[in-house]
Amino acid sequence: MITFKNVSKRYPNGYIALNNINLSINAGEMVFLTGHSGAGKSTLLKSIAAIERPTSGTITISGQNIAQLKPSAIPFLRRTIGIVFQDHKLLFDRNVFDNVLLPLQISNFDTHTAASRVRAALDKVGLLKKEKAMPITLSGGERQRLCIARAVVHRPTLLIADEPTGNLDIAYGRDIMSMFTSFNQVGVTVIISTHDASLLGSTQHRVLSLAQGNLLV
Amino acid sequence: MIRIWLAQHWFVLVSTLKRLVAAPITTLLSVVIMGIALSVPVSIYVIVENLRLVMNEKNHPQMTLFLKHDIKQENIDKIQQDLQERPQILGSEFIAKDIALQQLLEKSELPNAVKNLPRNPLPDAFVITVRDDSMDNLRELQETLKSWPAIEFVQFDSEWIERLKALLQLGWSIVLMIVAISSIAIIAVMFNTIRLQIATKRDEIEISKLIGATDPFIRRPFLYFGALQGLTAGVIAWSIVFLLIHLINEQLIVFLHFYGIDFFLEPLSTENGLSLLFFSTLLGWLGARLSVSNHLWQIEP
Repeated sequence: MITFKNVSKRYPNGYIALNNINLSINAGEMVFLTGHSGAGKSTLLKSIAAIERPTSGTITISGQNIAQLKPSAIPFLRRTIGIVFQDHKLLFDRNVFDNVLLPLQISNFDTHTAASRVRAALDKVGLLKKEKAMPITLSGGERQRLCIARAVVHRPTLLIADEPTGNLDIAYGRDIMSMFTSFNQVGVTVIISTHDASLLGSTQHRVLSLAQGNLLV
Repeated sequence: MIRIWLAQHWFVLVSTLKRLVAAPITTLLSVVIMGIALSVPVSIYVIVENLRLVMNEKNHPQMTLFLKHDIKQENIDKIQQDLQERPQILGSEFIAKDIALQQLLEKSELPNAVKNLPRNPLPDAFVITVRDDSMDNLRELQETLKSWPAIEFVQFDSEWIERLKALLQLGWSIVLMIVAISSIAIIAVMFNTIRLQIATKRDEIEISKLIGATDPFIRRPFLYFGALQGLTAGVIAWSIVFLLIHLINEQLIVFLHFYGIDFFLEPLSTENGLSLLFFSTLLGWLGARLSVSNHLWQIEP
């Protein structure tokens, strides 16, 4: 489903975030991306959603070359992807329900279908009772779950999570991980980055390690 | 699909209306400023338009036809008939030379000098009222009348009419100039208002882009906001003009009453008022459009 071919990313200041990455992720797979902070995990994930553009190489998703996508086509790529951002990127001027509604408004869902989908997504992450709450009143873990609900509400085929367990205690982290596993079990391709190796435990899923922009095999 | 599209627009319209109602005082002030900026040219327009109407009604151009001295009564009747047959000529009045002399005697500061003239030096004359027309057509009429054998001379006070027309033209030019200046002011105010709006909505724009919002989707609320503000400014301008004309009329009626003149300014017609609203909406939209295309691309996730 996703193929990286000789992908490099060099920032204008000369910093090399990705160095000649070659990898391939199958549809329906669940993959972990590990490495110290600054290893290039975020850049790799962002380049999948065309948030970052590689300096050279090709990234193909379902046969489409992302590196050469026209700007006007990018929104439609992003609609097929669910992204859990490292910094959550929630909107604090609206309640939980409206935060989750945003992707559906963007994709022109009709109000009725949208409302039931939002509730279904909130139910999955256990926030159904807090749909009227403002994000500022939520705990760190709840905000993370809200971000996940927003990432899955439009039923993407690919889910990307950048350090989803970043600041959470271990029990909460396990909770979140099992959520991702359940999404993967219904066929969603899941890519999760984490610097926290303890979370992986004895996972049966593939683990990709990055160090200084290089993929360690 | 169209139903969803309409629902989307409806949603944006309603939320924009809510936003406008809940807008901070600075936003409301900028709308008032735009309304005032628009009301200036519209007020002048209304006054110029009223002047034009008055001139057309009451001040048709006039020509004086002086006849040759040895003219006979039957020729005079013939001329009268010929004049009446011309559609350009609205009315004609014959002034016999004796009457003209008498009028001169009454008005003259030197009645004795006039009285001592050996014979009446004045000719018979017609004063004709002609339809308000282009200067070329009026001159052509003058030439035609001059060529009639019984007519010695045609006096046409074209200068006065030309001055009047030039004055109206000046009024129009002033209106147009102020419209242009006000339009620029409105676009500039709107540009700035939307710029501030975009700044406060920075997070929303960035996140929306990250989760797949197209540029039109992001632009839409700002364009609606601009158009609605423009519309509101138009309503304010119309109200100001209405109030202004009303106040002027109150004074004018009292004042002109002493002269026995029954006259008042017509307010802005509904047609022109709707054009004003359309125009102000368009200006608001345009200012927002310029602002959005100038500022939105700077917000890239």
